[in-house]
Amino acid sequence: MSFLTIENLNAEVGPAPILRDVSLSVAAGEVRGLVGESGAGKSMIGKAVLGTLPSAIEISSGRIVLEGEDLQAMRPRDRRRVIGAKAALIPQDPLTALNPSRRVGPQITDRLVDILGWTRHDAQTRALELLDEVQIPEPERVMRAYPHELSGGMRQRILIASAFAAEPRLIIADEPTTALDVTVQKQILKLIRQMQARHGTALLFVTHDLGVVSKICQSLSVLFGGKVLEDTSVGDFFARPAHPYSAALLAATPKYTDPEASLTPVPETVIEAVQAEIEAHDRRQDHV
Amino acid sequence: MADGRSQVKRRAGARLWLSATWLGLLVLGAVFAPLIAPQDPLAQDLFGARLPPFWEAGADAAFPLGSDSLGRDVLSRIIHGARIALGVALIAGTLTCLIGSGLGLIAGYFRGWPDMVISRLVDIWMAFPPVLFAILLIAVLGTGLSSIIIAIVVIDWTRFARVIRAEAMSQGAMDYVASAQVAGRKRFSILLAEILPNVLPTIVVLLTLEMGIAVIVEAILSFVNLSISTDQPTWGSMIAEGRLSIHQAWWVLVFPLVTLFLTVLSFSQLGEGLKDHFDPVLR
Repeated sequence: MSFLTIENLNAEVGPAPILRDVSLSVAAGEVRGLVGESGAGKSMIGKAVLGTLPSAIEISSGRIVLEGEDLQAMRPRDRRRVIGAKAALIPQDPLTALNPSRRVGPQITDRLVDILGWTRHDAQTRALELLDEVQIPEPERVMRAYPHELSGGMRQRILIASAFAAEPRLIIADEPTTALDVTVQKQILKLIRQMQARHGTALLFVTHDLGVVSKICQSLSVLFGGKVLEDTSVGDFFARPAHPYSAALLAATPKYTDPEASLTPVPETVIEAVQAEIEAHDRRQDHV
Repeated sequence: MADGRSQVKRRAGARLWLSATWLGLLVLGAVFAPLIAPQDPLAQDLFGARLPPFWEAGADAAFPLGSDSLGRDVLSRIIHGARIALGVALIAGTLTCLIGSGLGLIAGYFRGWPDMVISRLVDIWMAFPPVLFAILLIAVLGTGLSSIIIAIVVIDWTRFARVIRAEAMSQGAMDYVASAQVAGRKRFSILLAEILPNVLPTIVVLLTLEMGIAVIVEAILSFVNLSISTDQPTWGSMIAEGRLSIHQAWWVLVFPLVTLFLTVLSFSQLGEGLKDHFDPVLR
């Protein structure tokens, strides 16, 4: 039984399609990767689920079902409540994801107190526990700190802690390691995987890094131009990519085993073929 | 931590204190004007006209900054003039700030039709030449303190609305706003709790700048005799009168001019200083 199901989701900015008939599902406790190059629409899917799409983007058709509840059919107020209770976000850039003018502690506990109705004391205890769980030294001091006093890695740990705070069933991680340097990336990735396993949370992991996908995900969707090209398990993907674009992506990934090898870009012919596929899809849409 | 931040802080401190001291003195002068002023600002004495300031020959110790062509004490008139100037700065500045910032925040964060309405209004508003607009307004409303305040608010709210709208927009695009939205916070509470604190330093700077501008506008309107009745001393009217006797008595023009200059400069420096002081990253 899947926890999150997206069915034939279409979204546009004016006449330009952003998402084309996107369908995917995330089972409870599953980690699904969402890969694609810049502008493929991977972050937009996450934003569509969480209801934080920019106002210029409009969802024209399709369904987003979160644990049996159709989000598109709801009034905005109810949708906000359902999403707030069941899902959370680990944002891309830890530098802008904490409010610079407020202390860290209240930013973690706010949601527990204001939205879920915990007492301030319980929320405080819970936040300290979580900061300890994400291996932050001196959690009491960090709670009183302003974001600028902490390093990028520390801030990302705080954001992870605060995403897990209310025990959501689904977390959307929008390239959570892109803004960090490589050594910190590895730690953060390990931490997200540990937390996910311990809490049994479903995770939709948006990334452009296939290496990350191989380490953390069980299944993945490959996106290009807002269209899902391939939807498969991670094992199958790395063994036998079904779509030519997927194969080209895999071939383009640099290999640690052979650092001397020159990089292979995705060939023009493959890109053109994919674009032709998408145009054909758009024409079919127009006829319907 | 020994980095550049400590340096920044010290420089900001100096100008904050200097400007705050000058404005503090002015406020004290304005509040206790009748007690402090050495002379009655309206008392004329044609035999004691155009007395020079204290360091020049022929000065009278009772008129430290000299007297004007009607024999009125320049220092006392400046002190009494501070009442009008600061009163206008405070009231007009605050009102302008509240109206302009409020509209700016709404336009910048909610976007959509409120933004359309407010932004178009700002565009239209800014096409009027401000000084002519002010003079026109006063001509319609009649002279008086409240007319001046209304004129300043009506003209200058766009300054706040534009800048604060842009700030609210850029803050609204930050991830922490998205996080708050995902957490199920109401939009209005996000505006107050998440966005306002980050826009506040800018609002403070604009507010103090606006107070400086209010002082200038009041002076301009007094200069063209559209302010308060002439028997109330204002810096603008002193400058206007001083201009006529600049070759015989330069001090009648120069002292109110310097006071005006220092006051406006202090307001803007106070704003910059406060901004550095409140900025969480520089604190």
